[in-house]
Amino acid sequence: MTLSVEKARTSSDFWAEFVRHPVAVIAAVILLVVIVLAVFAPLIAPQDPYDLSSLVMRDARRAPGYIGTGGYTHILGTDSQGRDLFSAILYGLRISLEMGLLAGAIAFSIGALVGCTAAYVGGRFEALVMRLVDLQLSFPAILLAFVVAALLGQGKGQLIVALVFSQYAYFVRTAHGAAAVERNKDYVEAALSVPMSGWFVVTRHILPNALPPLIVVATVQVASAISLEATLSFLGVGLPPTEPSLGMLISGGFQYLLSGRYWISIYPGVALIVLIMAINLVGDQVRSQLNPRLKR
Amino acid sequence: MVAFIVRRLWQAALVMLVMSLLVFLGVFVIGNPVDVLISPDATQDIRNRVIAQYGLDLPIWQQYLHFASNLLHGDLGRSFVYNMPVSQLIASRFPATMELAVIAVLLASLIGIPLGIYAGYKPESWTAKVIMALSILGFSVPTFWIGLMLIMVFAVQLGIMPAGGRGETVSVFGIPVSFLTFDGMRHLILPAVNLSLFKMSMMIRLAASGTREVMLTDTIKFARAAGINEWTILRRHVLRLISIPLVTVFGLELGSTIAFAVVTETIYSWPGLGKLIIDSITSLDRPVMVAYLMLVSLMFITINLVVDLAYAVLDPRMRHGGGK
Repeated sequence: MTLSVEKARTSSDFWAEFVRHPVAVIAAVILLVVIVLAVFAPLIAPQDPYDLSSLVMRDARRAPGYIGTGGYTHILGTDSQGRDLFSAILYGLRISLEMGLLAGAIAFSIGALVGCTAAYVGGRFEALVMRLVDLQLSFPAILLAFVVAALLGQGKGQLIVALVFSQYAYFVRTAHGAAAVERNKDYVEAALSVPMSGWFVVTRHILPNALPPLIVVATVQVASAISLEATLSFLGVGLPPTEPSLGMLISGGFQYLLSGRYWISIYPGVALIVLIMAINLVGDQVRSQLNPRLKR
Repeated sequence: MVAFIVRRLWQAALVMLVMSLLVFLGVFVIGNPVDVLISPDATQDIRNRVIAQYGLDLPIWQQYLHFASNLLHGDLGRSFVYNMPVSQLIASRFPATMELAVIAVLLASLIGIPLGIYAGYKPESWTAKVIMALSILGFSVPTFWIGLMLIMVFAVQLGIMPAGGRGETVSVFGIPVSFLTFDGMRHLILPAVNLSLFKMSMMIRLAASGTREVMLTDTIKFARAAGINEWTILRRHVLRLISIPLVTVFGLELGSTIAFAVVTETIYSWPGLGKLIIDSITSLDRPVMVAYLMLVSLMFITINLVVDLAYAVLDPRMRHGGGK
């Protein structure tokens, strides 16, 4: 009982601190709006960009403000296939968010479990796992993701594997660092002496205490997964053309950029950056609140 | 110290072996190069001859042994597409990438570190806040997007910079370089800036957080008490204390810059390794892919080794403990 009261107090403290930073609050609001737009895209978008029959070639590459055959205004213009950009961006945000969150969640779970287990088991297993993680972290994430995506080919599942593979090591290291500290605390020793099963101790005691640093890493990694996805799709090794993510839209507009048809690349890019920036700004605030070293 | 070096070298060799296995298996599972090599209307006889010529009919472990022994002899095989030795192909593309990467990392360090130290030295000032905000921007915005923006502003709107290509080069010791000609310089600026922005943000943040922590230590209090002027403190104490993470990052970043160059080179059609690997992936040019991946692994393993050794020189504790 006391424990839950304690928790409630610290979480309300957390919000009280959070709302005192206007930049973070604005970013959080923007993030919320973007998420709502993405989730309800089918209800908001004037056109379904997946529905090929609704595309008219005559409408292709029209500047923002053009009123197309559909009878509505393309407020952000149309792309090279006559897709309404505003609709395409909303659906693209959906895919980008989906990829980022899914990859982030899987990497988070694998990383948290492996990291905590390594810290709990210790010995050779711990040494081996951490050595592997260190090795992997010495390669840049984009390179790993690029190589895996190139080897596996285009596709949603393949891309998720590539993103998880390039990111899980960050979670392992963070979870391990936090869990190694917890492992030697008296309460864990006490729990083990009761005898509780190792699994129980890891999931109920060590993991919850390793959560704050993991959450910080997660915000950064989701943003970076979204950015990676866009980059890979831009390079042509990410999603297939049937999944028009923001990266694909930008890539599709690249060749028209040089001839002055800027909107095909620019608007999806702006959406992408707003999304990533918002996540990073919120994450930055969360980090500085959870990091005791920066507290005065 | 010798034992430390020997152990690190041994580890590096082991890692390289594992990487070669992974890369070989990884590349082996994708696509069938026979379809690319031989036109569909070739006779069965020609098919068999070509397959035998490239050793594609052998079991995979034999192909690996063959590949590994060739690799040790410095033979990377022949490109299926360009029909020339891969080592020549890579050697012809490497200088372009290297030039781009070195200039990008230099730009990032020479601009990023002073800005970062300033931001950490006066964290409450407006300038510092602007610097830190810009660094978040540099972190968040994907490289390829900044590349597009730079092209749109400087090449399309203002028309003062070329949108791509390498421009005129001059030969220095037989290696073509761009930065010595005016035209080459013009072609180099946009891609180099594009490639450096991410690193610059990283340098700024590292230098700023390092400086911020160092400024609170007793070292600085005593130095101030001793009446040493602020400029000397920054140069002699702060810069030295924050140099360890910066050296690591500098080393690692040179490697990752070469990896990142894939994106920048694609956008600016810069004729380097990055463009080569993208082309080889789309055309299933196996030997080129394997060679590129091996080269990049070798580079990273070497960089890690050098960084570890540099640590040992900078920080004597590492020498005896031998790291982790």
